[in-house]
Amino acid sequence: MYPGTFEYHRAASVKEALDLLKQFGDDAKLLSGGHSLIPMMKLRLAQPAHLVDIAKIAGLGQIAEQGGKIIVGAAATHSQVASSELLRNRLGLLAECAAAIADVQVRNRGTIGGSLSHADPAADYPAAVLALEGEFHLESEAGARTVKAEDFFLDIMTTALRPSEILTQASFAPIAAGAGFAYLKHRQPASGFAMVGVAALITLDRKGNFAQARVGVTGLGAKAFRARAIETALTGKPADAATITAAAAHTADGIDALVDIHAGAEFRAELARVYARRALQAAVARTKA
Amino acid sequence: MAVVPKFVGERIKRREDPRLITGTATYVDDVRLPGMLSAIILRSPHAHAKINSIDVEAARKLPGVVAVLTGADLKGKLGSIPCVAPAEHIPFHPVLAQGKVRYVGEAVAVAVAANPYLAQDAVDLIDVDYDPLDAVVDPEQALADGAPILHEEFGNNLVTRALVPNPAVDEALAKADRVIKFRVVNQRLAPIPMEGRGVVAQWNPGTEQLIVWTSTQIPHLLRSALAGVLGLGEHRVRVIAPEVGGGFGCKLNFYREEALTAHLSMTLGRPVKWIERRRENFATTTHGRDQITYLEVPIKNDGTVLAIKAKFICDMGAYLQLLTPAIPGFSGLMMTGCYKIPAIAFEQVMVFTNKMATDAYRGAGRPEAAYIAERTMDLVAAELGLDPVAVRRRNFIPKDAFPFATCAGLVYDSGDYERALDKALAMVDYPKARAEQAEARKHGRYVGIGVASYVEICGIGPSAMLPPGVPGWESSTVRIEPDGHVTVLTGISPHGQGQETTFAQMTADAFGIDIDDITVVHGDTGIVQYGVGTFGSRGLSVGGAALMMSVGKLQDKLRKIASTMMEAPPEQLAFTNRTVALASDLSKSIPLKSVVDAAYGWKIPIPGMEPGLDATSFFEPPGCTFPFGTHIAVVEIDPDTGLVKFLRYVAVDDCGNILSPLLVEGQVHGGIAQGIAQALYEEVVYDEGGQLVTATLMDYAVPRANMLPHYELGNTVTPSPLNPMGVKGVGEAGTIGSTPCVVNAVMDALKPLGIRHIDMPLRPEKLWRAIHEAKKA
Repeated sequence: MYPGTFEYHRAASVKEALDLLKQFGDDAKLLSGGHSLIPMMKLRLAQPAHLVDIAKIAGLGQIAEQGGKIIVGAAATHSQVASSELLRNRLGLLAECAAAIADVQVRNRGTIGGSLSHADPAADYPAAVLALEGEFHLESEAGARTVKAEDFFLDIMTTALRPSEILTQASFAPIAAGAGFAYLKHRQPASGFAMVGVAALITLDRKGNFAQARVGVTGLGAKAFRARAIETALTGKPADAATITAAAAHTADGIDALVDIHAGAEFRAELARVYARRALQAAVARTKA
Repeated sequence: MAVVPKFVGERIKRREDPRLITGTATYVDDVRLPGMLSAIILRSPHAHAKINSIDVEAARKLPGVVAVLTGADLKGKLGSIPCVAPAEHIPFHPVLAQGKVRYVGEAVAVAVAANPYLAQDAVDLIDVDYDPLDAVVDPEQALADGAPILHEEFGNNLVTRALVPNPAVDEALAKADRVIKFRVVNQRLAPIPMEGRGVVAQWNPGTEQLIVWTSTQIPHLLRSALAGVLGLGEHRVRVIAPEVGGGFGCKLNFYREEALTAHLSMTLGRPVKWIERRRENFATTTHGRDQITYLEVPIKNDGTVLAIKAKFICDMGAYLQLLTPAIPGFSGLMMTGCYKIPAIAFEQVMVFTNKMATDAYRGAGRPEAAYIAERTMDLVAAELGLDPVAVRRRNFIPKDAFPFATCAGLVYDSGDYERALDKALAMVDYPKARAEQAEARKHGRYVGIGVASYVEICGIGPSAMLPPGVPGWESSTVRIEPDGHVTVLTGISPHGQGQETTFAQMTADAFGIDIDDITVVHGDTGIVQYGVGTFGSRGLSVGGAALMMSVGKLQDKLRKIASTMMEAPPEQLAFTNRTVALASDLSKSIPLKSVVDAAYGWKIPIPGMEPGLDATSFFEPPGCTFPFGTHIAVVEIDPDTGLVKFLRYVAVDDCGNILSPLLVEGQVHGGIAQGIAQALYEEVVYDEGGQLVTATLMDYAVPRANMLPHYELGNTVTPSPLNPMGVKGVGEAGTIGSTPCVVNAVMDALKPLGIRHIDMPLRPEKLWRAIHEAKKA
């Protein structure tokens, strides 16, 4: 409840934030919505000497269409993502996922950049950004680089972000007209995090077969992942219950499932299969052939 | 002239709420005094360890730190935190650990500084050298050979063993058509009030008086306990319970921090504040339940229950708090529920474990009893292939049998269990619900209907029922002020119950005045006459009865004075519309204010009467009240995920006469929520080493609104003969009825799979596994 002493810096620009990061090195932490960092500081599990607040950087929370891509700024809150007209129309899976995060208070403060950078293995966003094949824009003194969502999540709370880098925005190709999608999760009853969460994005061909299927899974293992085995099993096959069930059976293949008091490994793996099946069924039901 | 309406029985909004929802209420943490210091406590990270040494030098040297104390600094200066309930082994309960720690979170040292941040910095600099010891966490292992012993002076981990034998039970077991045997667990729960605990202590060296603001349900009892531990006279101690943000029983207690904060203020000569953090609340505020019960129930083939034999293993935790070993007794005494079961026998083994102490939590022993009784009824039904409703009807105490003396020696004041059951069945349309269930089962759906008819014990109670030091009466003072407004001082200490509203309703009607003419004061031992407090759903039935005694005394006095002014006999006078009027002709009246003027002005003395309008009363209840009711839940289980969905929730509660319908509904809503939480969601989990796994709200699943059903409420009214209002109490009823109701519903849903019992909480994983394995078999 009582964090250690720290100095607070409000960055006015990404450049200023990068300068501060360079100046303070390992003693600095970026602050955005503060929903993961502040509790850790209150418990003194984290005691950064310097907080660099990037939440107020002009434009860092913008949600816009640019050159055929949908751009979501790192400082956009979950509420903004959930309610953005642009996202609801063109990137509905991300908006739906944001609406499923925690509760209103958390959604009003927490940011997409903070959540992605924190990489909690039970966070909701990773499932959606994997299914959407998002790309993350990382900036540092040395310049900018782009990392694909699939290359970003490395392990529990570990990402491809370097200490000197800031995730400034995510970009996505808009969801194709006629595609179906769904994000479904089994909420951990205390925290509201995903015991498992599955994001499915599919298109059907004219015969009603799966033309393309992308599935992101969170909560099951140490990091969110693309369920390639499901995708392969679906592609080209008829979009019926048998195909979906058979494909979803592969959701947990090769994954070391997390264990806590709410779910052991076996149950968590089963939940992943069940929610994968249901997310795919919901996605198919929402396609407009 | 505006007519003053009647208030009792009306849906009056709580008069407490505007200040609560506008942030203008004063909780302990809102108390800010000049020169006030903050205390932060260093707590044990070990469940069981020997303390070799504590190095506080670095902490003491930190600039801004005023004091750092360890157990050694308190040795011989402060008494033991008291347990008033009798037990074979009551250990010394130190304010700061003495040489050993016995649970995670036990207070080891304290740092005091100008602000809590600095105090926390100082705590971080304290270096404790521990030798970790093996911990005992499972209460069934606590008495095993070789189990680690918490309190060496006792030689084992036994708190106490209570034996209530009965040869009639053994006879019943021998002659019964069948005997059903089962084991149930009432898991450990955390009460989780919105406001945790907190203390501000202010020692005045000039007057040698101590003022303590603390978040408590029992300011007067706490004053007595605190004075005892500090070695002060009670006349030097004033305890104030300001706004208290919920208690649920966990603040029916006296804690180390109350003694510690007071001691710090007395030794430092400055006000000191300690505010509990949520993790501390999970680790160091009393838990509830934690009973394992082995049951043997002899029955006849027609569903008649002949007796109950029970063995309880009760986990008391590492130390005994105020009433810790008194709680399980209620579980034994009340386990016959609403039923005319002729004989019970039970053994209760209470043990020490390396966990926080258990004590009262909403229901305190009766939820466990109702769970036993109502699971018994359903298991009898399952055993014999009978409808659970029929089994209940066969065993109910009939309505013409009241007052009913139970085989446990309790006297149920009044009841009509069948009427409440019938009403609930009608509300849910039981035959239709069963038909829909049968149809759902044909489609492979797991729909279940659960019934629980509960009775519980409230209005506690005759003083002889409670341990020494805890009386059962309650007090009131009613003062009509010179301008005609009324101040009510009550010995109860409401912390969310709403008696500022109810008592004002009662007082307004009694004097024919407006609810806004009345202020209800409570929770300050410097202002209010000695009282007992708020717990056990006693506020209205005992505190309200005490109020009505004082009100009656003043009514008598007002009538006598008015009689001299109106030339009418006192017994013919009534109070209405701010007048004293002839009951037979209300137009013949004088203003109430003129009577009050006469009493205070005293220009015409009345022989044999004292001036003023002030009356104090103490009400000792002649017996306990026994509210009852029937709850019915209809649920559906998703077999793939194990999630339980509510389709219906019907609750019919009988708490006697209802004075404040909105408050009764609120109590039932909250009670059901907490009862459902026990059935489905909540459990305090310690791992094998005694580490607290559920130490935050991210892990301990307090239900959100979307995890609870839509409540359909009804009631029957069976007045209690034991108090003038005919009320019984409703603070805990919802909690007691709902837990077995929901478990019965879930088990009913699983009946086609041959599953009869799964222990709470019925988490998705447990249900999924049970379904999965039953299908495999």
